[in-house]
Amino acid sequence: MSLLEVQAASRSFGSLVAVRSVSLTVAAGELRAVIGPNGAGKTTFFNLISGAVRPSAGTVRFDGRDITGLPAWRRVALGMARTFQITEIFPELTLAANLRIAVEAAAGLRLRPWLGRRAAAAVARGVEEVLDQAGLTAKAGRMAGELAHGDQRAAEIAMALALRPRLLLLDEPTAGMGEQETYDITRLVRRLHQERALAIVLIEHDMRVVFHLADRIAVLDQGTLIADGTPAEIAADARVQAAYLGHAAEAAAP
Amino acid sequence: MSAAGRTGAPVPLAIWVLLLLAPFWLGPVGGYTALGTRVLVLGLAAMSLNLLLGFTGVLSFGHAAWFGLGAYGAGLALKFVALSTPLALLLGTLTGGLAGALLGALIVHRRGIYFAMVTIAFGQVFYYIAYRWNSLTGGDDGLRGFARQDITLGPWHLDIAGNGTAFYYFVLTCFAVAVGLMALLLRSPFGRTLLAIRENERRARFLGIPVELHIWIAFALSCVFISFAGALYALLNNFADPNNLHYSLSGDLVIMAVLGGMRSFWGPLLGAAVFVVLQDYVSSLTTNWMSFVGLLFVLVVLFFPRGLLGILRRQGTA
Repeated sequence: MSLLEVQAASRSFGSLVAVRSVSLTVAAGELRAVIGPNGAGKTTFFNLISGAVRPSAGTVRFDGRDITGLPAWRRVALGMARTFQITEIFPELTLAANLRIAVEAAAGLRLRPWLGRRAAAAVARGVEEVLDQAGLTAKAGRMAGELAHGDQRAAEIAMALALRPRLLLLDEPTAGMGEQETYDITRLVRRLHQERALAIVLIEHDMRVVFHLADRIAVLDQGTLIADGTPAEIAADARVQAAYLGHAAEAAAP
Repeated sequence: MSAAGRTGAPVPLAIWVLLLLAPFWLGPVGGYTALGTRVLVLGLAAMSLNLLLGFTGVLSFGHAAWFGLGAYGAGLALKFVALSTPLALLLGTLTGGLAGALLGALIVHRRGIYFAMVTIAFGQVFYYIAYRWNSLTGGDDGLRGFARQDITLGPWHLDIAGNGTAFYYFVLTCFAVAVGLMALLLRSPFGRTLLAIRENERRARFLGIPVELHIWIAFALSCVFISFAGALYALLNNFADPNNLHYSLSGDLVIMAVLGGMRSFWGPLLGAAVFVVLQDYVSSLTTNWMSFVGLLFVLVVLFFPRGLLGILRRQGTA
């Protein structure tokens, strides 16, 4: 059974149809990319999945359960975590405090007015673990807002990982990054996918990253799903090339 | 790690020493003990407000409503229920705390200026009720005819009714308990969710935190603390009047928090001390004392946006 199942989801804002009857499934452990030109509705589609926005029509199922009307914070408890196109972290707290809040939220401690010694130690271990995974251990004491752009992106992914998700939604993780940072993030994502068998949906503009990572690629154009298949199929798809891929696909295709 | 924890040891230690010895040094420097009591009570009120303002990022600009309800609750309890100081404190705290919890539930979906406007409106509703309901509240003249009572605990008799110094230490004890609870709260997982909401509501939501619920709990707790301060204020003055509910007091409390530094735990207490002392001293020289406070406020906001405690701390660490 697929982990995520979107059926004929639509969303319009006034007269603008941002997402038009898109259906998509993601299997457990699958790494899937969503691509498309600017304004294709990729982020709105993400918002429908994660609960930031309700669909005007259609359903979203997670692990067999209909979650179409479920608020975002409840979807997190079911095992869904996401990052944003523009990094969303807690800028005036240390990186360690950022992750601590995520670890405590994931452990169901958010309403606790105190923390015993043992629970506090478990939280601290959780924070260290995620810091280590994201390669940010050395920067734990720094203010999150003062970190370099790439580290902030990695910190946001680390916060999402701290939630121990089954499905991770990454909205342009390499946006605004240089060569080295893009490479680091790509490696991190691939490692997570391989080591944890984590299902990942990735919105990405960098075609090298997309074709390097994805098991399957979905292509959106003007709110409509115009193609869905393996990287090789997508690279060969005439409609996709016509829509926007052009030379990037030819250069990157295996 | 948390903002409350970054205070470092020297500042709190100095504050506790100063507070503990206040009745001894206030006189020689030209003050008096009741002035110290006033600073404690208004400082506690400003710190309660700052749980929302500085630590949750929620703009409650009508917080005098809950302060005043605490004051009236305590006064009415002493006047009509029983001659007991602890009972007056309890009923005062419950009055403001419950009203705040109920009305807070209605507004947790509002944000920013809308939230602020509704909180001011709540305050004005209670102000006019107190102003108009002559038979119960004494109307414009205020609630009179009650006085704080001595407390007897086994062999100990606390002469807080007649002895200003004893009352100061009683208030300091109450202050310490309330402030201790606040500090624990801010260092807890729940307290950290409030910082998370202040820093980035969207991120908090996508960490699985139901933001509205947490804001509501923070609002209710803040109301409990500030109405406790209001109840103490009624005991200090043996009097409560509609100005305890008025939005100008709400504004004063915001000024205290911002003046002292709303990102720091102790900032609002320092702000309250400066405010109360200026009010006491300058108002004996000129009736335009508020323009001096206003000028100081503008200077601090322009040049030291982290407040007076922010200045002290920067010099301490530099």
